[in-house]
Amino acid sequence: MFSILRSIGLTFSHLFRKKVTVRYPEERLALPARWRGRIILSRDPDGGERCVACYLCAVACPVGCIALQAAEDDHGRRFPAFFRINFSRCIFCGLCEDACPTCAIQLVPDYEMSEYDRQNMVYEKEHLLVDGQGKYPGYDFYKTAGVSIPGKKKEGDGDEEPPVDLRSLLP
Amino acid sequence: MPVEVSRATIFVEGKPFEASATTNLLDACLSLGFDIPYFCWHPALGSAGACRLCAVKKFANEKDARGRIVMSCMEPVVDGLRISIDDPQAREFRASVLEWLMASHPHDCPVCDEGGECHLQDMTVMTGHVYRQYRFKKRTHRSQDLGPFVNHEMNRCIQCYRCTRFYRDYAGGGDLAEFASRDRLFYGRHEDGVLESPFSGNLVEVCPTGVFTDKTFKRHFTRKWDLATAPSVCVHCSLGCNTIPGERYGTLRRIRNRYNSRVNGYFLCDRGRFGYEFVNDAKRIRKARLAGHGSTDGDDETREFLLRRAAEAVAGPHQAIGIGSPRASLEANFALRELVGAGRFYAGVADNEWRLTELALKILRGGPARPASLADVRLSDAVLVLGEDVTNTAPLLDLALRQAARRGPVEAVVKAGTPDWHALAVTDLVQDARGPVFVAATHRTALAAVAEEFLLTPDETARLGFAVARRIAGEASPGDLPPELESAAARIARALQAADRPLVVAGVCGGDPAVLRAAAAAARALSNGKRKAGLFLVFPESNSVGLALLGAGSLKDGIDRVMSGEAGTAIILENDLYRRLPAGAADRFFDKCRSAILLDHVHHATAERAGLVVPAATFAESEGTLVNAEGRAQRFFKVCPPPRGVRESWRWLCDFARAAGRREAAGLRNLDDLILAIAAEFPELAGIREAAPPAGFRIHGSKVPRESQRSSGRTSIHAEADVREGAPPLDLDSPLAFSMEGAPGIPPSPLIPRFWRPGWNSVQSVNKYQAGIGGPLRDGDPGRRLIEPPASTSPGFSVDGPRAETVGAGEGLLFVPVYQIFGSEELSVRAPAVASLIPKPVLLLHPDDAVMLGIGSGDRVELEVQGETLSLPAKITAEMCRGAAGVPVAPSGALGLDLPARGKIRTVRKP
Repeated sequence: MFSILRSIGLTFSHLFRKKVTVRYPEERLALPARWRGRIILSRDPDGGERCVACYLCAVACPVGCIALQAAEDDHGRRFPAFFRINFSRCIFCGLCEDACPTCAIQLVPDYEMSEYDRQNMVYEKEHLLVDGQGKYPGYDFYKTAGVSIPGKKKEGDGDEEPPVDLRSLLP
Repeated sequence: MPVEVSRATIFVEGKPFEASATTNLLDACLSLGFDIPYFCWHPALGSAGACRLCAVKKFANEKDARGRIVMSCMEPVVDGLRISIDDPQAREFRASVLEWLMASHPHDCPVCDEGGECHLQDMTVMTGHVYRQYRFKKRTHRSQDLGPFVNHEMNRCIQCYRCTRFYRDYAGGGDLAEFASRDRLFYGRHEDGVLESPFSGNLVEVCPTGVFTDKTFKRHFTRKWDLATAPSVCVHCSLGCNTIPGERYGTLRRIRNRYNSRVNGYFLCDRGRFGYEFVNDAKRIRKARLAGHGSTDGDDETREFLLRRAAEAVAGPHQAIGIGSPRASLEANFALRELVGAGRFYAGVADNEWRLTELALKILRGGPARPASLADVRLSDAVLVLGEDVTNTAPLLDLALRQAARRGPVEAVVKAGTPDWHALAVTDLVQDARGPVFVAATHRTALAAVAEEFLLTPDETARLGFAVARRIAGEASPGDLPPELESAAARIARALQAADRPLVVAGVCGGDPAVLRAAAAAARALSNGKRKAGLFLVFPESNSVGLALLGAGSLKDGIDRVMSGEAGTAIILENDLYRRLPAGAADRFFDKCRSAILLDHVHHATAERAGLVVPAATFAESEGTLVNAEGRAQRFFKVCPPPRGVRESWRWLCDFARAAGRREAAGLRNLDDLILAIAAEFPELAGIREAAPPAGFRIHGSKVPRESQRSSGRTSIHAEADVREGAPPLDLDSPLAFSMEGAPGIPPSPLIPRFWRPGWNSVQSVNKYQAGIGGPLRDGDPGRRLIEPPASTSPGFSVDGPRAETVGAGEGLLFVPVYQIFGSEELSVRAPAVASLIPKPVLLLHPDDAVMLGIGSGDRVELEVQGETLSLPAKITAEMCRGAAGVPVAPSGALGLDLPARGKIRTVRKP
């Protein structure tokens, strides 16, 4: 008898508590920045594509939903010729982001990805590439990589000595 | 590697192990399965002691607890040796050595093509180095442009000396060296430029990091773990080097070496490594084409249509002849033979070449000299090369002969007490000493650097060969040689007789039967007694020997049959008749032929003329058996399924035969059916069954996967076309699967799709697949030798003279073929990187001949040979023999001509 009354009381006490449910889509939850949602490809501070098509995200992906092909521009800078994520297979585990050495691939707080046709869940590079730097502002892989691209000579820049003079006889 | 003579017991971490006593400690430990990190040691190059990474602790005796650190690659194995690999001090030592090596290594693994199969990455993980403490700036270098094959990125160098040791000491290249000193050490050319050695591509595999990478691969780069791979055999010459082609997204991406201790060992030539891009050629035949109807789609309807047309052509009132191919598999040639009947199957080879091929095969079968393998060549200690420019017709044979040239001096050094694995000591002691290697050729060859070379016409070469044979056999000289050649013959005979393992090399490409007979006579004379002489005959194409073993009529007879109206249909298998016949003769043939059906993958002049063109699969999309120059049958497997509409030649031909109602073909439905049928019909070819396990072979019920365990993108590769994932294609013809699922572990050696072991992502993992370092693969090397001649010599043997059978006797100037490594081979010239290195065709003339003919250097001359007219600029050079002019075997050169032959020459225009 007492336990029934206690249960009724407990239930009624919820009338006066803060509501957990949100009236989605009129109202939205404020998601933390590190929420693992839709995947984007970001750009570096100069606006260049951060992705260097190293294939590490693809190999880290436990469901194999990332496919890409590396290409190289005239200046020797690598970029993905195509970059495809099959979101109908993605499990939003974030391993691709962990694997990415250039902070290019990022999971962002966006979960509104429902489609009537599963084929529309296949995102190509033009759907993935955003204009900003995402969660990691200021990082530029090529600044530290020891690879030459326009505006950054490989040799003698940043952390590097000028190229060795092979004709020097000094010890 | 020398035959193991003694064993020793060594103690690793206190436990006893058996090891070979003729090797070094690193080699022994790796053979036993231990992991010791290393850089500068290479199984084919020996020890240099340069990198200091392979440190282990050595103990004086059982009671010694302190020990001392030694470099395992410089430590000979002795009985009772006690070492510790796991010793904390040794581990710390190795970790700090690696940290020094990494101090200046750039932070560019994500954009480095070596990443994922990098020995430096593997060794860094193995030693446990994770954090860079060095606070100072990294040294940098200016990288060079080394041509279309090899990419150079010197910042990644860890200064192990492997590249120059391979390029200069092993391959005899002259244009790669080390510059400067200490951490500024630079490996490169004296200036930018194309690497001259035809073995430069091996730098990609020899370099433990990403200094030298594959430039053709860079254009369509994929990580090793994403490449679908299968065991394959190189199709660009007759040596049959084992390769691992890699495929991704339906295109062939690269070729890597597949270790086979009897054939290619650790290395490939640049034609084999970089010639693969003909598979991706935009002009490749991918759709069936009926003259007047345009090309068709590869759907079932088209297939039915093709089968009907082909059946009509074969079964119709006009007889069909089949023209086989020396670059198609045994199975495809056999299927064509079944389709048209044995009496109507002709070799798709120029007549002289076919006669020579049959003669060469007869010589190999006859013995008593054994057909040498490339491994035998590497261990020979005296060599006579007659009339064959091996660098350009069978490039890896050049590399093997360079080892043979060092063999004698190296053995002398070893006998004096220096172990042969001690590479620097051996090199220092040998210096420039070379063993006896003699080359007789019509023009200067690359082997001149290690050999005594005679520039002779084919006729003189044959005479020299016979003179050598006579001297060895103790017969009198006929006296038909000038005195200087007579004394050379005496010298050569003495050197060959003094050798333990003499070798005679000749070939079909030189084009002279007398030279082949002379080589056979010399090898036969040498095989008298207990000595085992080797005979290596070079053939023109990847399956020339296979085609000859099947047997076929000569091309001329086949053509005559069509020209006389007896046969109306010609079914041409993977062949360009414009390479086999003079253009005029080929034109007349196609004018007369009612219906010409071509099965091929590359587009060429014959495809323009054929009435029906059927798209056939390349080596990367089909399986089959090739027989190499040694007589070794080797199976290659498809790396990826053929593109839509394309099928394997043998499958098309079997279907044609069934559609035409041939009863013999009813049971031929897959590769194994064909192999069994060949083995049943040709007892000599029965060995091809053992070349690889049959399609039903399983390991614990599983197939061998073509994709690696880490293969990525399974659910997204085809998602743009269709988000639903279909089942992977089935492979009913082989024990390999188009999947990442299958038997883990090491499969039988003919089925090894890639070299990879946990912790060993780079090509160095081949150590784990060998029965002892540098030895055969664990269950024997792939392939079966088909030709084992009788070991005994017929007692009443005598050498016959060359006089009557020398080709090209008669009036006019003698034109001889000059082969080019890049340009002479049909398939590789379609690869852009190879095509960019094809030299401009020139006619080579000796200065004396040029004066006699009134031709100046650079003059454009016109040649009239075999009814064809060629126009070429003349190059006057003392690198050509007197009495013959060299015509390049290349497009706008001697293609389609049956050289050597005599003809006319006249100057058209002064420069």
